[in-house]
Amino acid sequence: MIEERIIPTLPSIAAVSREEGQRLYEDMNLGRIFEDKCAEMYYRGKMFGFVHLYNGQEAVSTGVIQAMRPGEDYVCSTYRDHVHALSAGVPAREVMAELFGKATGCSKGRGGSMHLFSSEHRLLGGYAFIGEGIPVALGAAFQSKYRRESMGDASADQVTAAFFGDGTSNNGQFFECLNMAALWKLPILFVVENNKWAIGMSHERATSQPEIYKKASVFGMPGVEVDGMDVLAVRTVAQEAVARARAGEGPTLIECLTYRFRGHSLADPDELRSKTEKEFWLARDPIKRLKTHLIEQQLFEEEELKAIERRIQAEVEDAVKFAQDSPEPDPSELYRFVFAEDE
Amino acid sequence: MAETLLFNALREAIDEEMARDSTVLVLGEDVGHYGGSYKVTKDLCKKYGDWRVLDTPIAENSFTGMAVGAAMTGLRPIIEGMNMGFLLLAFNQIANNAGMLRYTSGGNYKIPMVIRGPGGVGRQLGAEHSQRLEAYFQGVPGLKLVACSTPYNAKGLLKSAIRDNNPVLFFEHVLLYNLKEDLPEEEYTLPLDKAEVVRQGKDVTILTYSRMRHHCTTALKTLEKQGYDPEIIDLISLKPLDFETIGASIRKTHRVIIVEECMRTGGIGAELTASINDRLFDELDAPVLRLASQDIPTPYNGALENLTIVQPQQIVEAVQKMVALRV
Ligand SMILES: Cc1ncc(C[n+]2csc(CCOP(=O)(O)OP(=O)(O)O)c2C)c(N)n1
Ligand SMILES: [Mg+2]
Repeated sequence: MIEERIIPTLPSIAAVSREEGQRLYEDMNLGRIFEDKCAEMYYRGKMFGFVHLYNGQEAVSTGVIQAMRPGEDYVCSTYRDHVHALSAGVPAREVMAELFGKATGCSKGRGGSMHLFSSEHRLLGGYAFIGEGIPVALGAAFQSKYRRESMGDASADQVTAAFFGDGTSNNGQFFECLNMAALWKLPILFVVENNKWAIGMSHERATSQPEIYKKASVFGMPGVEVDGMDVLAVRTVAQEAVARARAGEGPTLIECLTYRFRGHSLADPDELRSKTEKEFWLARDPIKRLKTHLIEQQLFEEEELKAIERRIQAEVEDAVKFAQDSPEPDPSELYRFVFAEDE
Repeated sequence: MAETLLFNALREAIDEEMARDSTVLVLGEDVGHYGGSYKVTKDLCKKYGDWRVLDTPIAENSFTGMAVGAAMTGLRPIIEGMNMGFLLLAFNQIANNAGMLRYTSGGNYKIPMVIRGPGGVGRQLGAEHSQRLEAYFQGVPGLKLVACSTPYNAKGLLKSAIRDNNPVLFFEHVLLYNLKEDLPEEEYTLPLDKAEVVRQGKDVTILTYSRMRHHCTTALKTLEKQGYDPEIIDLISLKPLDFETIGASIRKTHRVIIVEECMRTGGIGAELTASINDRLFDELDAPVLRLASQDIPTPYNGALENLTIVQPQQIVEAVQKMVALRV
């Protein structure tokens, strides 16, 4: 096994209030509990196809998206998109219903696990082909810039975050978009979730320079590495990047060192990753870490956090019930949404 | 009435639409300062600035995806493929995202964008610069495919394509940019889904598009002298096909010749033939005859190139043969 990379520490981490701490804790728990429920529902035959869960990486979605203005700023994801959608504010009911293929799903049952969309919540989508979401995110960022520079709309200060994996950072679209984003100073965050693996391909076997954040420098843009298991660290880095982007100072590449606690998808036997590696990362569970911090800082009593967990458990149960009780898409609408006229 | 070259007709269309709607922009390789490889966007950057006539790096898949994202968030991008063939590198963004995303997203987003540029077989440009992408893209759901063929229709169709709320692939032909025609002074648009009856006749229906329309009208001169009376239809819309116009013609002539520049296998004519057989089989007095390019990479050598694409004389012979079959 290849030695673990040294986990970076930040010189200073932005403090959280009780209110913010609660929001982060709720969001991360929602992500975790939702995904565990998905696994259960998949094995019970309620959802189909490829389902990629996010367990272990919650600090990234929460840390970045909670540093943005959900509903105003844009979020772009991959096939591993459930939790990004939840962090962006898409109701758990709509995400679960989509996974069940129901008409009430956020993509009306047309998309499925890898294609979650919500224009209302400015979720640009889940993209099932690796890398293809990055240019789309770039387009949303370009659009903000265009409105400001060409249409004279000073209020167009939205920021876009594009999430993708370590494996994807070897794809041309990544480099092409870093170039254009830096060239035009677009308000975008490239967030690499380096979980060390691309299905069965370990990061070190796939890239000539494993430190992805360093690839920013040749484009003249800031690149930061951050402990992706520490939501407060991710949030600190993201806040700085968002502020820069909003101020018109351009993009940032953020490499989050993280790990997925489950196989690549629910169909993956997960035989290649070593026990020691898994144990190393499981011990760094980002939710436990935040919990400890919130208690140590005396922002919360343990019992209060448990109450939050119970409430979220109930929210997820409610989402399942909603999905189960929702209607299937109307077969007479098979062709609906192919063209814009089918509104 | 002023005589206008086809590339200038396209330029006027873009200029007028940009003046009308500040969300319309052009992007692509050398569209700005250089004015476009065929001068379709000449000097527009001087009028509208570098953001609205955006010179991109040579990164087809990524700038196409960027246009998709911009369209999803409310802009109306026009992409110029420096040569349409280069957009093979953007196949993924065009197919997965421009074409399918609206459906996959359950109607969350619409993608009002135009992807236009020069294509087709030019003069000895070699195989890679002589492609007919319409054949490759016709299978992608969610895309509209339009081919212009005259300065008049180029302008009216491009304006409609820019206003359309769907992704439109707009095909221009490298050898047609210098066609000249008197264009109306007043503003006009043309429907994207209507075929154009170029000549009415009753012997046989010739279905064609893009540059082959002009091969058909060249053949027509000979055919008229010989007393033939073909109907010539320029498809304009390659997807969806205008079966109202096509059907009306076939019900009259009961005979069909397709003249196209794309390759025979899997081309527009292949789909057209299948659709005619599906819908109008009982109207046919003879099997549909297809004149298409050879199934080979377009050769460089001029004589070989001529053998690869359909020539007017073949159209003359096809009509003679088809009409002789009349019982
Ligand atoms: C264009 C393309 N090629 C291959 C695949 C199959 N595939 C799906 S996920 C994946 C690995 C991606 O790894 P990474 O970018 O690290 O993201 P992670 O799954 O670890 O989140 C591959 C090869 C794909 N979806 N798209
Ligand atoms: Mg990975």
